[in-house]
Amino acid sequence: MNIQIKNSSNDPIYLQIKNQIREAILSGKLEENEQLPSIRLLAKELRISVITTKRAYDELEREGYIHSVQGKGSFVAAKNQELMRETLLRKIEASLTEALHYAKLAAIPPTELETMLRLLEDADDKCD
Amino acid sequence: MTNAIELKGIWKRLDSFQLGPLDMLVPEGSVVGYIGENGAGKSTTIKLMLGLMRPDGGTIRLLGHDTQTMGPKEKQDLAFVFDELFLPGEMKLKQAETFHRYLYGDAWQTETFRALCKRFKLPDERAIKLYSRGMRMQLALALALSHQAKLLLLDEATSGLDPVIRDDVLDILLEYLQDERHTILISSHILSDIEKIADYIAFVHEGRLLFMEAKDTLTEKYGLTSLSKEQLAELDPSAVVGKRVHRFGADVLVKRDLVPVNMELEKATVEEIMVYMIKGSR
Repeated sequence: MNIQIKNSSNDPIYLQIKNQIREAILSGKLEENEQLPSIRLLAKELRISVITTKRAYDELEREGYIHSVQGKGSFVAAKNQELMRETLLRKIEASLTEALHYAKLAAIPPTELETMLRLLEDADDKCD
Repeated sequence: MTNAIELKGIWKRLDSFQLGPLDMLVPEGSVVGYIGENGAGKSTTIKLMLGLMRPDGGTIRLLGHDTQTMGPKEKQDLAFVFDELFLPGEMKLKQAETFHRYLYGDAWQTETFRALCKRFKLPDERAIKLYSRGMRMQLALALALSHQAKLLLLDEATSGLDPVIRDDVLDILLEYLQDERHTILISSHILSDIEKIADYIAFVHEGRLLFMEAKDTLTEKYGLTSLSKEQLAELDPSAVVGKRVHRFGADVLVKRDLVPVNMELEKATVEEIMVYMIKGSR
């Protein structure tokens, strides 16, 4: 797993860590029940405070992405399919809303957008 | 959670200077950056903790023990590094080791000590008085970390050292912190590198503790911005923590929650917060 902290980012460090771990879980890079690095190890490697890493883990746990076992560490939670789907749906909605917004600015009708989407899908399939 | 350090109403008068009354709680397993100007009272606080000075009032508990009644056994759990090494200059590495083995008895770890000396490339055959400043500090740190101490107090230990050595020290402190029962208090007036790992920042000014807060809270609470003088005049005065007004405008440290949401703010470093709070309010 890779985690990059950028000081230039507007996001606080704990949020950068949280988002990157969440992405890794959603994309399957981190698998179910896989053990995450300990809070102290992560703090040591990234050279940040323990409180900061703990906050990232606490929030991931509260949102159901990971779970912690006293004395053993933190693990990727069993995938809650519905929750994951919900998260992804919300992302799709946000992206589509943005696309619609730009389409309106450029006066592109929805039918043309649909064509565009199909073309993109074809190109994506070929890449795979 | 237990506290590694508990100061309650501690105060000490030295001529015209008075430290405290001071209250401070440091949870076990954390790192505190103890910051303030030269002469603000940082070293006095640490000397009081170590019993090198007697307080005029208040209580100090370290690792659960009252320092007034702490015996040698409990004191073994404390380690300290000052900006000077308190060993006879004629001593060589070997004698320093023998002396500390005698001081700490069973708690002394020869292997750990030798590994650290090797890592720092400390010369065996040179008298300590001929060591460079950096080497003396590295030796002090190696000695401090070789008797299984649970609380490490560093007083201006890394001030005046080159960035490469400071970087090494940072790594070694981070390794020490892998044990969650270990606590560190670092006093310093330069924080740029050390502040990265601090969980809490305690800020002492003219003998009084202005605040002790989680570092993340601090950086989320305050922001820096550059304004024109007109913009500054429009700002809610209670939002301004400190400012530097120059001929062409002003740099201002503000409380994020009291300024308009669309105002562009930059993250302030702990050092900037310290400078603006001291100078910008004058």
